[in-house]
Amino acid sequence: MKIDFTLNGEQREIDVTPMSRLLDVLRCDFELTGSKEGCGEGECGACTVFVDGKAVNSCLIPVAQMQGREVRTVESLASNEMLSDVQQALIKFGGTQCGICTPGIAMMASAALEAEPNASRARMRELMAGNLCRCTGYQLIIDAVISAAEARRRHG
Amino acid sequence: MADFLQPQTLHAALEARAAHPDYLPIAGCTDVMVGFSHQAQPTGFIDLFGLAEIQGICADDGHISIGAATTYGDILKDPLVYESFPVLSEAIREIGAVQIQERGTLGGNLGTCSPVGDTLPVLLALDAQVHVASSKRGSRLVPINDFIVGYRKNALAEDELIVEIKMPLAPEGTQQYWRKVGTRRAQSISKLMMCVVGRLNGKDVEHIRIALGAVAAAPMRVEKTEAVLAGQALHEETILAAQDTLASEITPIDDVRSSAVYRKEVACNLLGRFLNDLGGA
Amino acid sequence: MTKPGHSFVGHSVNRVDGHAKVSGRAIYVDDISMPGMLHGRTVRSKVAHGTLKDIVFDAAFDWSDITTVTAKDITGPNFVALMEEDQPALVPMGGKIMHHDEPVALICGPDKSKVDAAMAHIDQQVDELPAVLSIDESRAANTLLYGDDNIFKAYTLEKGEGLDEAFAAADHIVEGEYFTGAQEQMYIETQGMIAHWQDESLHITGSMQCPYYIHNAMKSLFGLEDEAVVISQAVTGGGFGGKEEYPSMLAAHVALLAKKAGAPVKIIYDRSEDVAATTKRHPCLVKHRLGLNAHGEIVAADVDITFDGGAYVTLSPVVLSRGVLHSIGPYKCPTLRVVGRMMATNTPPHGAYRGFGAPQTTFAYERQIDKAARVLGMDPVEFRLRNRLNLGDETATGQILKNSVASEKVVREVMAQAEKEPPNDICMPKAVQDVKRGRGFALYYHGAGFTGSGEDRLKGRVAVAVNKQGEFEVRSASTDIGQGAFTIFTQIAATTLGVDVANVKVVQPNTKMVPDSGPTVASRTCMVVGGIVEQAANGLKEKLQAYGESKGLDCGDVLALAEAHAKDVGELAFETTYKSPPGIHFDDQTYRGDAYPCYGWAACLVDVAVDPDTYEVTVERCIHAVDVGKAVHPIIVKGQIEGGTMQALGWALWESVLYKNGKVMNPSMTDCIIPTAMEAPELETIIVEEPYPHGPHGAKGVGEIPMDGPAAAVANALQDALGKSFDVVPMLPETIAEVLKGGPA
Ligand SMILES: Cc1cc2nc3c(=O)[nH]c(=O)nc-3n(C[C@H](O)[C@H](O)[C@H](O)COP(=O)(O)OP(=O)(O)OC[C@H]3O[C@@H](n4cnc5c(N)ncnc54)[C@H](O)[C@@H]3O)c2cc1C
Ligand code: FES
Ligand code: FES
Repeated sequence: MKIDFTLNGEQREIDVTPMSRLLDVLRCDFELTGSKEGCGEGECGACTVFVDGKAVNSCLIPVAQMQGREVRTVESLASNEMLSDVQQALIKFGGTQCGICTPGIAMMASAALEAEPNASRARMRELMAGNLCRCTGYQLIIDAVISAAEARRRHG
Repeated sequence: MADFLQPQTLHAALEARAAHPDYLPIAGCTDVMVGFSHQAQPTGFIDLFGLAEIQGICADDGHISIGAATTYGDILKDPLVYESFPVLSEAIREIGAVQIQERGTLGGNLGTCSPVGDTLPVLLALDAQVHVASSKRGSRLVPINDFIVGYRKNALAEDELIVEIKMPLAPEGTQQYWRKVGTRRAQSISKLMMCVVGRLNGKDVEHIRIALGAVAAAPMRVEKTEAVLAGQALHEETILAAQDTLASEITPIDDVRSSAVYRKEVACNLLGRFLNDLGGA
Repeated sequence: MTKPGHSFVGHSVNRVDGHAKVSGRAIYVDDISMPGMLHGRTVRSKVAHGTLKDIVFDAAFDWSDITTVTAKDITGPNFVALMEEDQPALVPMGGKIMHHDEPVALICGPDKSKVDAAMAHIDQQVDELPAVLSIDESRAANTLLYGDDNIFKAYTLEKGEGLDEAFAAADHIVEGEYFTGAQEQMYIETQGMIAHWQDESLHITGSMQCPYYIHNAMKSLFGLEDEAVVISQAVTGGGFGGKEEYPSMLAAHVALLAKKAGAPVKIIYDRSEDVAATTKRHPCLVKHRLGLNAHGEIVAADVDITFDGGAYVTLSPVVLSRGVLHSIGPYKCPTLRVVGRMMATNTPPHGAYRGFGAPQTTFAYERQIDKAARVLGMDPVEFRLRNRLNLGDETATGQILKNSVASEKVVREVMAQAEKEPPNDICMPKAVQDVKRGRGFALYYHGAGFTGSGEDRLKGRVAVAVNKQGEFEVRSASTDIGQGAFTIFTQIAATTLGVDVANVKVVQPNTKMVPDSGPTVASRTCMVVGGIVEQAANGLKEKLQAYGESKGLDCGDVLALAEAHAKDVGELAFETTYKSPPGIHFDDQTYRGDAYPCYGWAACLVDVAVDPDTYEVTVERCIHAVDVGKAVHPIIVKGQIEGGTMQALGWALWESVLYKNGKVMNPSMTDCIIPTAMEAPELETIIVEEPYPHGPHGAKGVGEIPMDGPAAAVANALQDALGKSFDVVPMLPETIAEVLKGGPA
């Protein structure tokens, strides 16, 4: 089946089995290996991408449903070599260790900051609860995201 | 290669459904895609995700209707729902986490009809009706209690799709209670969930609905327990009697998530808590 | 650019791998593809114990593009070399299946879905045998799995004379039995490996902690020389011990497949396979008896420890050793006996997991210490301070603590923090009324580095070099598995060399390019390997300066010297070997002496809130003070402490691996749960620095100690909240409900 969609801002077409997982198509067909698989069943969030601006698990999406939609992956967060504020904060505050959860964390945190820029720490934990991290205990991730939010507020 | 249909109208979707009763309707796929590659594959799919006609929330003649393909994320954003049915909003807020809520739909929860489908006890306690439709036979409104038939089994016919869920607005003074007891706070499968909707007239129970999930093969209303309370003054003894009846009315099991003993005890504790609160409210 | 003489130690520079990781560019094993690469799968046993009669490949299935491997294809000795030669790479025909999900055959092919489909066409003929599924069944020894008593290994540790008399003279005796369950590491990246053969030499890349363990196992399995096996680490998505020994098994499998298929082969476990088959924390039963005098002192201890080792020896004897050595805790006790044994059962082998035996025995003694304080009517913190080990005191093995003791400091730091307002904005318990609250405390220590003289045997080596491009390189086999090893090595080397961190690269470990610095385990990477990095950097600097002098160059500018050397002569490396600090003696036979070169110290305070209706526990506060000697990189250290703390809280309250007939019943992230950000409290972490004179800049280990104590602090808090004793890990709501009803706990 032929599917047309926008991927990281570019119009793409691909011929695939309709029920292929978006995650596999991104990783294998488009060689965008930034999205990771931790569970394949929607639990860990390592495969988080944006579809029409919403953070979703790409391991649970049949690629055929992407027809006409706009998909963004972690590879699109930085513009040129410039990391986004969330990415920079994750480095600075120690929000990444082994890094396997990090692309998903960076994506979800970016979505959370868009949706609720004034979220409290407790609310931010709730928004990030679909992203499992075994390394950090979450504290430094939440520190990073909250500090990015504060910086955005400071700079308007 | 499996066939993949993307009807653009409800009419087309119903036609497709009638023409291909062996095709699987899909919405957010948060149930369908789990373990998908390890299961027998249907010959085709009918994609309902984003089908505008069965999305959205509206209020009319004392009801609120939610389109079957409305995502949880969209339901949460709607003030109509959280003002009228705070229990539904609370329940949805605890489903999976954001990524699941952006994809999962109410229609999908009813379609799967799992004993741990979190919205089902809420819909039971709210006396919801499920609006289903077929291209040949038109539509019908099925009371949620009849819609849920058994373990992962609902009353949907081969040629039908779920169109919307309708809930009657409750009269002033109705209290709603919800509690999900999960394995953890988010991304968690329920060990038990309970929804109680009730209204007192003075001390007397004028209206009572008690529904639970994960305590039997399918989410259920405990009508015997309700009967113990209906029309009675809400005293400590009535509450104790209701808890006793509840303990014999539910049949939870031991599984990887919890034990029968725990489920029973906690169900009774929560009922006591809610009824005491209702009595004091 | 920083001036020479600047120290990067103690500063949180940006992680060297940070940019690649946040941008999604870091290459993990599953991100690697090779031309002609095939996908492999492992056929696993379906019984816990039995004799493998035959493996039948369905003749009706099209096997034309699938390669199959069974034990018959193994020409060398069929075992995965580690401590004992007991665990086969594949169960041979006629051989014993020792646990559920044990590898019996391998397949691979170009099309992943076809390989998956083929799995359903392989049948095993097995004569089932009675299985030994618990510690009790193993000790009963009705079915023998190992030797004549099912005991893989036993140790006895004794101190003082007249234990019975000491107990008879004691004013109080505190007795308890503690059981802690298996725990899954649940690194978010599942295990994975790629192999290819080139001109008779074997190349393996994958997710791993210890390249040289795999190197050794492959040499043995295929009868190859050192140079003919090249093991390289891909960026690794977490290990926590889980990628210490198991990767050797997986490496054997991809290597066997690649050899037979004549093409590169990759195996990536899916989550269910990873949870079902790989190693977990050892379940453990501890019977603990303490004798106390009327002054509130511990006078005697009698401890009996039994670990469930699972089906093969793997690293279990070392886990047992650490468990035994930590079982009295950081407390003075003149007379004691500890008996520990590691049992064989028909469950998948248990193995390395952060803490390595110590969390299990720490749970027991810190419950005991709490109960002792209760019996005496003493404040639990006061009781600990009275009995704690101090400088000059003697440990259970008779080691005199000569330096670096922070037992009091960590307690005081925690108590001072507890006086402060709790962090606001915490995740509140769901219940609003009648919530039961309690506070618990724990004090513990953890031996840093290998036991006793282990480092002398290991002789870890590291090289620091100027490469041909004039860049500095640190070459060590110590892997960065997220704990920040590469960043820390960069800081130490740059500081020693007097150059900027940007001028130093840590080479991604590859056995062809790096010397064996020893395994990445036992909290030794910073303290021991970091020390070798420092020595090697010093050696290189001296060599460069000597070169500079000979050429009449400015010897203050090491970077310029390096560039000059690279241009004129080429590469220059300095390799050096670890030398243990003087005066460390441990007797493996009597278990007397200096068990560890030094100890890290920690104290933890936990506040819990228990829902009166559902028995769900919310951790409202967790204060953790951990002594690390010197925090080379404070943020990385904090991250280590917090990650370990959360794994410990998870083990205490949510995580369990369920077995039925030796098979894991919850092999998924959905059912084998770990905490989310909502379970995690706002962690209050305090870094304490009591320098270790022989560690780089005073640093000692940090990786494991935060895992040891929080579970006991939680149990102590629950007892405070509910007035009952909680002696089983995990303390699930179901368990709590049962204990409150007076049933078995
Ligand atoms: C990580 C994770 C966490 C989860 N957590 C929860 C949770 O906490 N609580 C909970 O209740 N569920 C949970 N779920 C399950 C799932 O998200 C819900 O059941 C969701 O409502 C399913 O909706 P969907 O649109 O994704 O359904 P799909 O997967 O698309 O479909 C599910 C079923 O419904 C049928 N169906 C869908 N729409 C229609 C329609 N309009 N007409 C007829 N049939 C239809 C499909 O044929 C299919 O059989 C979780 C799932 C995951 C992966
Ligand atoms: S891989 Fe998609 S959520 Fe885990
Ligand atoms: S950084 Fe390792 S899982 Fe999050």
